[in-house]
Amino acid sequence: MSSIGTGYDLSASQFSPDGRVFQVEYAQKAVENSGTVIGLRGKDGIVIAVEKLVTSKLYEAGANKRIFNIDHHVGMAVSGLISDARQIAETARSEAASYRGQYGVGIPLKYLNERVSMYMHAYTLYSALRPYGCAVILSAYEAEGPAMYMIDPSGVSYGYYGCAVGKAKQSAKTEIEKLKLSDMTCKDLVKEAARIIYLVHDELKDKQFELEMSWVGAHTNGKHERVPSDVKTEAEAKARQAIDEDSDSDTEDM
Amino acid sequence: MAFMTKGDWYNSQAFWQNGPAPGAIYNFPGNTAQSESNGFQRSQAPITTGTSVLGLHYKDGVVIAADVLGSYGSLAKYRNCERLMKVNDNIILGAGGDFADFQYIKNIIEQKILEEECLDDGFSLKPKSLHCWLTRVMYNRRSKFDPFWNNFIIAGMDDDKPFMGTVDKLGTAYADPVITTGYGAYMATPLLRKAYEDNKEMTKEEALQHIHKSMQVLFYRDARSFPKYHVGIINKDGIEIKGPLTLESNWEVANM
Repeated sequence: MSSIGTGYDLSASQFSPDGRVFQVEYAQKAVENSGTVIGLRGKDGIVIAVEKLVTSKLYEAGANKRIFNIDHHVGMAVSGLISDARQIAETARSEAASYRGQYGVGIPLKYLNERVSMYMHAYTLYSALRPYGCAVILSAYEAEGPAMYMIDPSGVSYGYYGCAVGKAKQSAKTEIEKLKLSDMTCKDLVKEAARIIYLVHDELKDKQFELEMSWVGAHTNGKHERVPSDVKTEAEAKARQAIDEDSDSDTEDM
Repeated sequence: MAFMTKGDWYNSQAFWQNGPAPGAIYNFPGNTAQSESNGFQRSQAPITTGTSVLGLHYKDGVVIAADVLGSYGSLAKYRNCERLMKVNDNIILGAGGDFADFQYIKNIIEQKILEEECLDDGFSLKPKSLHCWLTRVMYNRRSKFDPFWNNFIIAGMDDDKPFMGTVDKLGTAYADPVITTGYGAYMATPLLRKAYEDNKEMTKEEALQHIHKSMQVLFYRDARSFPKYHVGIINKDGIEIKGPLTLESNWEVANM
């Protein structure tokens, strides 16, 4: 974008002559500057992992979480502006609660995805509004099996077997593509997810980060929860080990 | 209506008036069919009801029990109504009285718990807090002359100490190691109080036995009771709701 916008980027309600909506593209840029978030859908559940960048050592550990509970059975991980994302989470919660209130069962993820997508999309239509600067991954484990969707700031969403957003989404996607996701269980996925996040983290640009992980699957009885700390620590230790081994072999080659 | 009007060019005048209209009820002069005032009636009677709930402290927790009958007046209409609700990992709510009101409040509580889970701050509702909250809800409704027609028992662990409290439809509330509601207040209170006074450090098994005995006594004497019940056990290890358990009874003495 050399001559960026040229006047067509001042509102989300106007197209540029070549058919783009710049405000939406800028919102997507905001997501690309954020920590990496990946979602892996295995045969018995879904694991999401977040590289939460910590910009100061003075922050309390565990602040500004990027994984949310939406309903008992639905989880959401977010990349992008955290305050925007919180509002999306709040909207998703009220949609899920309203469905539960009306029909007496948890909202199927397909419908929740539709509703949240339409909500985010609505913010790309008006000159007085700014699109949401975040992308969200929704996960659930339902009778038909695990389900995962990702919605980007334009309001577009897809169902995924494996997805990645944020800074290092390209290299994360490359790593995810190497996995045989449909054969993997949540136990395996946790290790892979931790490994991928550690692998794609750029130590030179962003010093500190916290790993956040959650899962939902057969073993949690369809309930979305954070990965227990012992399982997470183990996965993190394995991930660090894998990265160290990798860098050792690199130096040997030289 | 056309036949009540004065005649005009197109319609002749009615032959007679002020009598019963065809198909309508005749209103005697001075008695209107409409109600006298524009006021309205609030719910003043429960419809489908559950009977007593019993609760008893033991050494390291609380046990609570309620049978599974939903009575429709004196008709034993629904025979599989669970009246104990697991609120979270350390609270059980037991309800007697109007079953629909209970289901309504249950929904609200479930939503409260869900919202709390979403906060994800590691805290969870404690029984004392739920008890207090229910007190406000019940008192509020009775102050609108439209009470929730229930007796609740809230049992759980509050900071590793057993807690049990009750609220009724008037908002009257108290906490005690022995609580019984409904018919059980008359029939089971003396039994359970005595059991508790005799041994305040009873084991879980002993407590369950006392509850079982009281449920049996209630089944014999309370015409709105049923020989199947659920029992909830709360201690620091968590919650367990067991049932339906069956009450044995012998009615041979009833033969003339």
